[in-house]
Amino acid sequence: MKRTSFFLFLFAIATTLFAQKPLITRTGTTIFFSHSPIEDIEAINHQSTAAIDLAKREVVVKMLIKHFEFEKSLMQEHFNENYLESEKYPSAIFKGVFTSETPIDLNKEGTYPVTVTGKLTMHGVTQEISCQGQLVVAGNQLTAKTEFMVRPEDFDIKIPSIVVQNIAEEVKVTSILPFNISN
Amino acid sequence: MRQFLIFSLIFGLIGACFSDVKAQDDLLDMLKADEPAEVNITTATFKGSRLINGHSIMTRRKGSLEFLIAHRFGRLNTGAYELFGLDNANVRFGLEYGILDQLTVGFGRNSFEKTYDGFVKYAVIRQQHGKRNIPLSVTVLSSIAINTLRNEVLDRDLDFTERLAYTFQGLIARKLSEGVSLQLIPSVVHFNTVSSTQENDLYALGAGGRVKLTKRLSLNAEYYYRFTERDFNDLQDPIAIGIDLETGGHVFQLQFTNSRSMVEKGFIRETNGDFFNGDIHFGFNITRTF
Repeated sequence: MKRTSFFLFLFAIATTLFAQKPLITRTGTTIFFSHSPIEDIEAINHQSTAAIDLAKREVVVKMLIKHFEFEKSLMQEHFNENYLESEKYPSAIFKGVFTSETPIDLNKEGTYPVTVTGKLTMHGVTQEISCQGQLVVAGNQLTAKTEFMVRPEDFDIKIPSIVVQNIAEEVKVTSILPFNISN
Repeated sequence: MRQFLIFSLIFGLIGACFSDVKAQDDLLDMLKADEPAEVNITTATFKGSRLINGHSIMTRRKGSLEFLIAHRFGRLNTGAYELFGLDNANVRFGLEYGILDQLTVGFGRNSFEKTYDGFVKYAVIRQQHGKRNIPLSVTVLSSIAINTLRNEVLDRDLDFTERLAYTFQGLIARKLSEGVSLQLIPSVVHFNTVSSTQENDLYALGAGGRVKLTKRLSLNAEYYYRFTERDFNDLQDPIAIGIDLETGGHVFQLQFTNSRSMVEKGFIRETNGDFFNGDIHFGFNITRTF
């Protein structure tokens, strides 16, 4: 009894005080991909930032809308000026938690499937998001990968009727977040 | 001992709950803590590379090619017989290319005086905030035009160099807010050939701006004040009022102006319509970016 409680006490302390420090990246990649019969449109953000806490199983992703790069400059301008209104709403933020069936061991290479749920705030609107993802431990790196669909309409992003055929009703969001495991 | 166990459990639970509520914000704070200072270059000060007749501060992005078709019809006060000017049209076709984000080159051909023109445009200073705060954008423009009209006045042919005219402009703009942008345009127009009563150089100051009416529609105005040749023949200061309409890959600019030429040296120095007497030309610019 004594020993059990002692360990429990240690556990309580450990979870709150000695958990591994959260990992941070500023070189994440996030891709918006819209497929329509007329054209495919892709925008890539190479400066997505994220913080992940493996002990608490929490994750936060933040990126600036203006860092999304389009092939066509006019599209990029419209995306910022008319659709996402990046002067008014400069960033997109995701705050969430994840679950994994197996404990994530940074010392062992492998792929851990995870389920992520949380809130995505973009264009001043917050929506619940739930998706599947992977945490891949390889070498000195932990890479978080996820893919989910968002509807521009849900984020109050109005698409003018003249280009409604060119933009998908559901846009695929892919995030690849490489974290360096330093300690 | 039992109390100790309960204490541990409660302590653990409180710790866990507390961290659950706070932690995601803590993570966000961690991200924000050492965020590098951003360079926020002001974008879309104007929709088009032209304010109306003249250039705006906007340069094309590196590698993008823009095709520009502009028309200026005849005068509105020619009446119904000429369908208010629509029976006559001056056309300018142009191609513009972004060598660098800040450097655009272009050339065009204007049917008015059968003029070929070329220009180089460089964005020297860009309005920005964040890491550095710069309140204004400054772009410099150098344009050259050659009038290839057959000479029917003189009894000799004009040399190539005699047909040339140059315009140098400093385009100074500020995007005051999402909807309002203003621009000042000090200009020098140099004609290689002038009449005996004219100077080769003419100085002018242009001013213009835009007010956005909706996200995709703006109202523009542009005016140049000429410091010399003010009571010269029937030359007038160029005035233009127009709208910019943006759709997918196009920008449509519709305007009313007293100028016929769509080249700097032409509309600044050779405008002869009296705007307030109805010598107004309807016109449009259409751009397509590739």
